[in-house]
Amino acid sequence: MPAEIAHPTLTLNPVHDVNELLEYHFMINALLAGGIVAVMAGLVGWLTVMRRETFAGHTLSLMAFPGASGAALIGVPVAWGYFACCGAGALAISRFSDRATGSWDEESAGIGTVQALALALGFLFLSLYSGVLDSLESLLFGNPLGVSDGQVRTLAIVGAVVLLALGAVARPLLFASVDPDVADARGVPVKALSTAFLLLLGLAVAATSQITGPLLVFALLVMPAATAQAITPRPLVSLLLTVVLGLAVVWLGMSLAYFSVYPAACFITATAFAIYALARLHGTARRRRSDRRPPPAIAPQLPDGVIA
Amino acid sequence: MFSQEFMLNALLAGTFVALACGVTGWFVVLRGQVFAGDALSHVAFPGALAAAAAGLDERVGLFAATVAMGGAIGVFGRRTFAIGTGGGARMAPVDDTSIGIVFTFILGLGVFFLTLFSMGSGGGTGIQAAHTLFGSIFGLSSRAALLAAVIALAVTLCTVAIARPLLFASVAPEVAAARGVPTRLLGVGFLAILGVVVAEASQVVGALLLLGLLAAPAGAAQRLARSPLAGIGLSAALAVGAMWGGLLLSYAIPSLPPGSSIVAVAVAIYYGARMLT
Repeated sequence: MPAEIAHPTLTLNPVHDVNELLEYHFMINALLAGGIVAVMAGLVGWLTVMRRETFAGHTLSLMAFPGASGAALIGVPVAWGYFACCGAGALAISRFSDRATGSWDEESAGIGTVQALALALGFLFLSLYSGVLDSLESLLFGNPLGVSDGQVRTLAIVGAVVLLALGAVARPLLFASVDPDVADARGVPVKALSTAFLLLLGLAVAATSQITGPLLVFALLVMPAATAQAITPRPLVSLLLTVVLGLAVVWLGMSLAYFSVYPAACFITATAFAIYALARLHGTARRRRSDRRPPPAIAPQLPDGVIA
Repeated sequence: MFSQEFMLNALLAGTFVALACGVTGWFVVLRGQVFAGDALSHVAFPGALAAAAAGLDERVGLFAATVAMGGAIGVFGRRTFAIGTGGGARMAPVDDTSIGIVFTFILGLGVFFLTLFSMGSGGGTGIQAAHTLFGSIFGLSSRAALLAAVIALAVTLCTVAIARPLLFASVAPEVAAARGVPTRLLGVGFLAILGVVVAEASQVVGALLLLGLLAAPAGAAQRLARSPLAGIGLSAALAVGAMWGGLLLSYAIPSLPPGSSIVAVAVAIYYGARMLT
């Protein structure tokens, strides 16, 4: 946070506080970028949680590290390095993890190896270009309050591309995610869809790491989606809930960070985790209650077309 | 090369840490728990930072964080979940989402500690964070190297001691449970052992790079070897080989950091095994 505005005070008067938040251009940029990223990461993350590809998501998020240090080494904008490395990482994971044919344990070994290679490369670039080490913290934990107009534009374009692409493949992708074998038998190109999804995941992750930093991407990618899926089993409702939660978490986290000295990523992660923990506790309590209640004597009437 | 003391220390610690990573890594890959190992390596960093903030030895925090996280994953995580239907159903690791969420939260705490730190003492934290994340095998004292070797050997022996029931419980958990094998206890115990390995290895190759030693040699051995015993042996041999090869490489090319070259050799071995089979 720049030094000249380092002393905003929280007055607990909502109108005054919101006015103060929106007073500075950098804060509006941060909130805009956070909003774009929260929607994109929420939607992609929802599918990631359902497809159980969190490890792949995490590995892709670490691609930002060789991306950023490599970009610094050859002197191109950091964002280029992010996107290039995430794309390459997505292709490598899809090549290494033959989920359609191989077993899960082999997949996890393959992804782990890709991640180790990426980190080794990142460390090599970093030691070849010693200047980056000074900004290691912002490289690892992002700098959402320093987002430029250009970055907001880039994020908006990336977000639109990801949403359009997701919309285009939504139906077959959902089918292939829920039941890959049946989808394959019906002629759905499961393998190609899986690669396409990993590429979209790479794009979303590269964009998210500019807000939260590569290590805390899950705060927006996985936590809102997992919370929503823990609250309701209905797909559309939980998808909407994911987006709402993501937006709430990112805006609340950034606002809190504005009034304090700690990085925004801290608050975003803590808020997202608190909501997740509440949802899980609520779920456990509800399950206990329904366990104690005796089962209904007569099976409840189901609407037509629902298979009990 | 062998007249340099730092090189001898690196070889001593490196060999035994690689041995431990190779042996436990084989079970990690077999049980599909590479992500759990990865999560453990990430909590090592906030653990070390928290200990440093509290004025304790960094290693206390490192071991406490990884062993506690390992135990937590073992106790709270269900291991598998059926995906797909009928005969084609495969078992998928179910706790990946919760593992990811918990370690992100702990990393968030790490950021908090780091900020707390840099406000207190200023300067040097970036370098220190880099050491915790990437290790400094060429900077080990002979005492530290000996200690690392002894701990690594001890955890290797622990893993070998529970190898038979662990193998049974990993391959056929239901049958093993029916035969009276304490599968859940074994799972928790194995993750605790893994926690020690991760804490140990993160000091040598660094928290972020140890995954290469854990996953790549074991992944290669899973593809190449037919029997479990041969697999464990091969995995250990490949891990030690990667360690030696990496150390030699970075000794020959000084601008190449040892962590990077060790992982590069390990990944090359894994890729070679994939090409062969």
